[in-house]
Amino acid sequence: MSQLKTEYAQDLALARKPSSLAWYALLLVILLLIPQTLSEFYVGEMSFVFIYAIAGVGLMLLTGYTGLVSLGHAAFLGIGAYANAILLSEGVPFALSLPAAGLITAFAGVVIGIPTLRMSGLYLAIATLAFGSIVVLVTEKWSSLTGGFDGFPVPTPSVLGLVITAPTGVYYLALGVLVLVVLLAMNILRSPLGRALVAIRDREISAQSMGINLALYKTVAFAISAGITGLAGALFGLYVRHLAPDSFGVLLSIQLVTIVFIGGLGSLQGAIFGALFVAQLPQVIAIVRDDLPFGIGRMPGLEPSLFGLILVLVIMFEPAGIHGRWLKLKRWCREFPLHKRAAFRRQKTYAKTDRLR
Amino acid sequence: MSGGADRMNGYFSARDLAMHFGGIRAVEGVSFDVRQGEVFSIIGPNGAGKTTIFNMISRIYTPSAGSLHFAGQDITNIAPHKIAGLGIARTFQNIELFANASLLQNLLIGRHCHSTVPILSQLVFLPSVRRAEVEHRRRAEEVIEFLGLQRYRDQLIANLPYGVRKVVELARALCTEPKLLLLDEPSSGLNVEETEEMAFWIEDITKDLGITIIMVEHDMKLVTAVSDRVMALNQGSILAMGTSAEVQSDPEVIRAYIGGEPEPTSDSAAGAAPGDVP
Ligand SMILES: Nc1ncnc2c1ncn2[C@@H]1O[C@H](COP(=O)(O)OP(=O)(O)OP(=O)(O)O)[C@@H](O)[C@H]1O
Ligand SMILES: [Mg+2]
Repeated sequence: MSQLKTEYAQDLALARKPSSLAWYALLLVILLLIPQTLSEFYVGEMSFVFIYAIAGVGLMLLTGYTGLVSLGHAAFLGIGAYANAILLSEGVPFALSLPAAGLITAFAGVVIGIPTLRMSGLYLAIATLAFGSIVVLVTEKWSSLTGGFDGFPVPTPSVLGLVITAPTGVYYLALGVLVLVVLLAMNILRSPLGRALVAIRDREISAQSMGINLALYKTVAFAISAGITGLAGALFGLYVRHLAPDSFGVLLSIQLVTIVFIGGLGSLQGAIFGALFVAQLPQVIAIVRDDLPFGIGRMPGLEPSLFGLILVLVIMFEPAGIHGRWLKLKRWCREFPLHKRAAFRRQKTYAKTDRLR
Repeated sequence: MSGGADRMNGYFSARDLAMHFGGIRAVEGVSFDVRQGEVFSIIGPNGAGKTTIFNMISRIYTPSAGSLHFAGQDITNIAPHKIAGLGIARTFQNIELFANASLLQNLLIGRHCHSTVPILSQLVFLPSVRRAEVEHRRRAEEVIEFLGLQRYRDQLIANLPYGVRKVVELARALCTEPKLLLLDEPSSGLNVEETEEMAFWIEDITKDLGITIIMVEHDMKLVTAVSDRVMALNQGSILAMGTSAEVQSDPEVIRAYIGGEPEPTSDSAAGAAPGDVP
């Protein structure tokens, strides 16, 4: 289970075991082959999951690792989507418009991050909620730039002569961005930056006394989180091909929050599992909708209510989310015949050092 | 600097320090100097303002009045996150560790004030980041060895017994490579043996590492064992200052301790009175 380590650098490796590296490689190969084997519908669905996963990783860094709840992240998705689409329509090549969309959104993250520096918990949630509504409002009113209520058609981009069409083109693009974003997040988490974010989440005062500049790191967390979400937004635009202000409202923000809570706060894998769940839930609802009793299926607002309900249930009964369940399951399997050993291991192990005179 | 040499006759000095919370005068007109390399203890009954003084030094609170100087620098208005970088580290009265992280992770956070690699290179984990991380790890391991924490290295703080956590907090403070260490009740919650062990650590820290210590402590045996000088505080003001024996025999101090305890525990209060402890 635990191997002997001989060098400090071993603790800095991206994958803890060579075997998990092999598993990730296998998973990647399978994902690369999917468009060749599955129908367009599934390829589209998977792209959607990847896009949600990118946004999920972005929000996870802010909420799961820095402890700052945002109910306005849909706005960053929207800013990224509009920025990319507008730049594309102005003739900017996609290889530039995509990173530019990320940077513009990161800047928007700084703009919301700085005034909310002293807020946390409920106050921050409300402030970001307000921010989200303001962005939707601005998108609606600033019609010379965004097309207002009429929406904004997203040009089809091309990279190195390759036209990126939905669903296959967007699938590979989203997969590539997701892999990069996950690597970025893993780098952050094994760096002083990641430690500082987690320290702020767990104990602000203590973190500050260890030399962590709270204002700087919270702003950086907002910027990185928003930037990543902006990238997801740009891809979302390519996926839906037509942007409208109301796509980026509160419901989407709540979906994003649900991703990180269901996945498990403080887990990158959790963000991806959560995205899979949240992106596919509407499909499940659509399938069972007609079979539900008492006309529940025809009730307006069924989907948002269900998201809310699931969020509440997860917070109440499995705060560690899907990732936490998974860890418990793994431990149980490993110790199957002897799973009481865990209780044994938790005993106090404190022993006196032998330097007492 | 602004105050001139006469105001800074100590390595660390506090001048006319005051802290008011609304109407509460938690600290009022407190001045003291700490010499380099000494262990300076602050004693006093509950609510005397001891922790408040520490919070002002760590800049968690901004003093209502007065000034703080350390190593020739005015630190009264410095940003709180810069204190660690200046060489002032602290432990907290109610352990403030990162409970969901391993001991090692906690110590590495203590190294934060020494991390200089730019954030952008951390995003791509450049070789410079890796080298710096290995170096932080090496320093943290030195502290682990110094305090004999090897066997707990990878355990979560939440799973460690209270006595060990106290030592981990000390370790995390040492990881910042401090010149001045503030210890807020290092022995509270420890049993007799653990307290004796803590006394050894404190001696090692001053003797071997040459770190100056300001300690808030209730256990007079520990105070007497390690302190060079003691300051007694009551209701925010200084009652007495001197050697441990001088302060403990000061009639004002004895009165403050006996008078300050609530009625039902007057028996044990007498026992806890510093005058009774040899
Ligand atoms: N943030 C605050 N707001 C209001 N009052 C405070 C605050 N911090 C401390 N006080 C008050 O200041 C006084 C001194 O508190 P302090 O924590 O410094 O005492 P102490 O000497 O450390 O006591 P103890 O031995 O119990 O730790 C107390 O009356 C306390 O209630
Ligand atoms: Mg105190």
